[in-house]
Order: sequence, then structure tokens, then C-alpha cells
Amino acid sequence: MEKVYEKTLGVLQDVVSGFCPGCMHGTAHKLVGEVVQELGMLDKLVRVEGVGCCGLGQMYVSHDVIIAAHGRACAVATGVKRSSPDSLVYTYQGDGDLASIGLDETVSAANRGENFTVIFINNGIYGMTGGQMAPTTLIGMKATTAPFGRKVEEHGYPMHVCELLAQLKTPYFLVRTAVDTPQNVIKTRKYIKQAFQNQIDGKGFSLVEIVTSCPTNWGYSAKDALTFLREKMFEEFPLGVYRDKDKEEA
Amino acid sequence: MAERVFMKGCEAIAEAGVRAGCRFFAGYPITPQNEIPEYFARRMPEVGGVFVQGESEVASVNMLYGAAAAGARAMSSSSSCGISLYSEGVSYCASARLPVVYVNVQRGGPGIGAIQPAQQDYLQATKASGNGGFQMIVLAPATVQECVDMVYEGFELAARDNNPVLILTDGVIGTMMEPVVLPPMKSDEELAQLKEKYGVTKRACIGHPLGQQAKCFPGSAGTGQELVNKEAEKLYATWDKDVRVEKFLVDDAEIIFAAYGISARISKAIVKQLRAEGIKAGMIRPITVNPFPYDAFRDLDFNQVKGILDVEMSIPAQMRWDIDFAVQGRCQINECRRSGGQLLTNDQVLEGARQLIKEVL
Ligand SMILES: Cc1ncc(C[n+]2csc(CCOP(=O)(O)OP(=O)(O)O)c2C)c(N)n1
Repeated sequence: MEKVYEKTLGVLQDVVSGFCPGCMHGTAHKLVGEVVQELGMLDKLVRVEGVGCCGLGQMYVSHDVIIAAHGRACAVATGVKRSSPDSLVYTYQGDGDLASIGLDETVSAANRGENFTVIFINNGIYGMTGGQMAPTTLIGMKATTAPFGRKVEEHGYPMHVCELLAQLKTPYFLVRTAVDTPQNVIKTRKYIKQAFQNQIDGKGFSLVEIVTSCPTNWGYSAKDALTFLREKMFEEFPLGVYRDKDKEEA
Repeated sequence: MAERVFMKGCEAIAEAGVRAGCRFFAGYPITPQNEIPEYFARRMPEVGGVFVQGESEVASVNMLYGAAAAGARAMSSSSSCGISLYSEGVSYCASARLPVVYVNVQRGGPGIGAIQPAQQDYLQATKASGNGGFQMIVLAPATVQECVDMVYEGFELAARDNNPVLILTDGVIGTMMEPVVLPPMKSDEELAQLKEKYGVTKRACIGHPLGQQAKCFPGSAGTGQELVNKEAEKLYATWDKDVRVEKFLVDDAEIIFAAYGISARISKAIVKQLRAEGIKAGMIRPITVNPFPYDAFRDLDFNQVKGILDVEMSIPAQMRWDIDFAVQGRCQINECRRSGGQLLTNDQVLEGARQLIKEVL
């Protein structure tokens, strides 16, 4: 019989994930594993992981893992990649990690054009700590630290990471995508592969933002969270390619 | 081959790092230690090393964490208020048991502090350089030569223990020039052997074949964390052998100066002056300020020793806590202090000594 599907070796086979129902971290992990396996680089892969639900991943992946302090993944990855240029390095970070406490490290690494890959999970909320407001929380959306909903006057507008980084000249590849449908999963897989290929080719900073749902902390069922994701999150965070120097140069 | 040159403290520190095999430096500008990153920026390309000007101290120390996790000999430096921002990264290094070396060229404090030399970070350096109750070997040089030797050896201590090592110096020693003998440059073969010896090759997170995953893990939930803490405690208990102290004319001394770093050099001059006058003065200089040479004070003959003069460029005095802990009230302790970037002068230390002599002899 023809083999049409194989589990990726990039994630561990015999563990049960602790991610909540409807969480999309699992899909993102699997895609990274698949893509890097395809590139034949699993034995060079180093994950620098942020703190948050993204930090649970170290229990599920099969490759090297460095756990960074909250927000510092891009600085840690700078240290790893610069001192070990042959390693394939990626950070895996949530929105609080990457865009709030770690914004300086993110912007500065992007602006230096550090040659690693960033997988950025934007779920609009602090997941791990129980639903506090994130820089990406939508206007009107309730969070435990914004119990009356996010207000422009008090909290400002949600922060757009791809757009922000696209102001810089250096970053090579910036894309916002999703994994809510098979089509989007296929697209995201392509983007992740491109982001790692850029690193292999020494092209510099590549970031893949995946807009995901967090049913638990949004207070929705997994199904309703999907509706919210598509109707509200995608409206605020338009999917698309924000920078691709390959195309610009072509 | 050893080589004698005339060098500034900060630059000598950087060159010693390179010769010890440091191939990764990240740091952020702050006076009075800018000559360290500047030296590395020029020097690293010559030895195939990496220099990064971090966007902040927070980023720099976390770059260090990453480089060390990937198996590089990594070093950084800063000064006082910059060192405060190192707390996070150094605590992570201690928890993940990563060998890094960093230097505090102390200036005034608290807060931004005067940019001039001070010794205002003693308690932070020796007791709590970050959260979590970890400890480090903290070496306090009094000469440019000692800066060189301590950085060079610091890398071995860090590698031996898989733990951060701190060089605690100040803006005087960092910016003055002295003749120094530089240690030999460690060769690539030697560094590769050291990596094997200390298990770095296996542990480094640079990618591994399936099934041989390496993890750099700064603590974990529950029992895992307790295990890490117990292992660390076992390590700290081995440091008795690493205690270093200079005892200068202590055997028959009736008054003892207690000082580290630059204050000890000033104190030593006064001890000699008092000796010339027939006064039995001596000095105890902690060289490792952690582990602290408590025994050097604890074992003094207090029938003979009448008083101790704690000389520090810090107000309030900080090393005083450790001396008190060892002496337990068995003799009078006076303080001679300055801060805010004011250097202790010979006259001031002499005056402090005369006052103590008047009170106890
Ligand atoms: C210095 C520091 N501050 C705060 C925390 C607590 N903390 C842990 S996870 C987290 C939020 C993570 O949120 P996000 O980055 O959005 O990731 P998610 O959990 O949603 O995947 C916070 C604030 C910490 N670990 N360290």
C-alpha cells in the first residue's frame, strides 16, 4: 500500500499534549516538525522558547530546546545563532512574550537582521497566566485585567507586530497567517518552510505570525472561538505577506 | 607565552577573556567600563569570535545565556545600574547551570549613581545577584594584574562548576594603567579538549540526532526545581577550598584593616606607614568576596587584636556585615567610608586609623 501520511519525527510520538481543546499550538508545533524534517535539518534544530503556553512545547518536541526568560527569546536566539551558525534556530513565542515584555528584543533582533526564524502565536490574550490583557487584545474584548473590556482611551489600540516590523528596512520575511482551515494550514506550512529556508540561505530575520484562538481564556467553546477568530481577530489582524524580500528582489 | 605589557584595566580584562577562550561577548555601553566592549569589538574579528552590542543589558545578558547554552565561552561586562538589569539573565544562567563570566566595574549608586568609582554593589554581588537564592564565586581584584588572572581563571571556575562567575571591580582599577603579564592564548585544540572535559560538547543546544535531545532548562515545576536547588547547594558547599584571602602583617597586629579591591591598596599603604611609626597594623583583604574568608576574621586572637577598621567606598558600609558575622562582637569595628564617586584618600584612611588607635589602643 502506498504511504500517504506519516507522523513527523519533529515532535514526540507518545506524549499526550496538555493544550486546551481548540488550542492551535499543537498544529503549529506539528508544522514546524514536518517542515524541518522535510528540509532534512531536524538534527540541527534548536528551539528557543518563550514563557507562556508556548513554553509547554518543550515537553512535546524531539529537538534541542532552550527555555528563555519571558520575552527574551530573540536575545537568547541571537546568542545561539551567532555562536553556532550551523544550527537551525527558531523562537516560539506568544503575544505577551514577543510583543509586550519582549518587544525590545524582538524589534532589535529584527532590525539587526538576525538570521533565525520566529514563530509567533498571536491569540490576543495571556493564556498561561489566565486571561490577562495582551498588547494584541481587541477593543471591547474582556480580559481579567480589563474586566470592562479593552478601551482605546485607557489601553490604546491592539498592537500589530507584522506592520510594526515592516517599518524596519532589515527584516527579510514577515507574514501573518492562520491554521483554522485545511487551506490555511497548507499555506502556513508553506510560509514556515520559507522562513526556515531563508535562514538556511543566510537571508536574515523571518517571522511567521499565526493568529490563533484561545477558547479557554476568551470564554468560548472551541467552535464559537473559531467564529470569533474569523470574524473579529482576522478583521483586526489581516492575514497576508507583509514583507518578502525574495519577491521584492525578483 | 606570557607577555608583559602596559595596559588599562578594562582592556586587560577583555584581552584576558579572549586568551581564556571567550568567543562571545555581548554588552551595552555604560561608563566606566566602555573600554571592555570597545576592545572586544576590535578584537573578536581577529580570533573568529562574536561581539554583539545588545540593545540593553537585559538583552545582552540573555544573549550570553543563549551563547552559553550553545556551548560558547561567553562573557559580558557592565557597571552598577547596568548590573541590576543582569539579575534576570544571571539567575537564569545559575538555574540552568550555565558557565558565564561577567564583570561589574562598579560606579556609584543606588539608582543611576555617579559615573565615578565606588564599591556600592557588595551585598548585591555577594548575596543576591538575582532572584532565587543562587550563589556565585565572586572575585575582587586589587590590581590590573589580578583582573587579568581572575578573568582567565574565572572561565575555568565557571566551566568546572557550570555556574556564573562574577568579577567585582571598580572604576579605578578599570580605568587605570599598569604593567601586566598576559597569560598564554588558549589554542583551539586546548579549547576543544576543555569542552570535552567539562561535558559541553554533549550538553550544548546546537542540534542533536533524534533521541539525543539536549535541553537548557532554567528550573521547572515542583520536584524538578527542588532537585536543581539541592544540586546547587551541594556545589556551594565545595567552595571552602576556593576561599582566597591576602593577610598582610596580620600575625602580630593589634589593629586590622579590612578592605577589598581598590580600598585594600589604599589601606595597605597606610598599614606600611603605621608600621614605620611602630604601630602594629595589619590588613585582611578578601580576594574572593564570595565565598567570604570568614575564618580569617573568626580565627584572629582577640586578646591581641584590639580593633578593626573596615575601609570601603560605600555608604552605608556593606562588607561590614560579613566582618560582623565573623567577629561576633569580639572587638571594636570602625568604618572608614566614602561614596558617590569620591575616592578614599590616604589622609582619610590614616585619620580613620588614628581615631581607631585612640579609641582601642
Ligand atoms: C518576568 C516574568 N514576568 C511574568 C511572568 C509570568 N507569565 C508567565 S506566562 C505569561 C504570559 C504569557 O502570555 P503569552 O506570551 O501571550 O503566551 P500564551 O500563554 O498566550 O501562549 C506571563 C505574564 C514570567 N514568567 N516572567
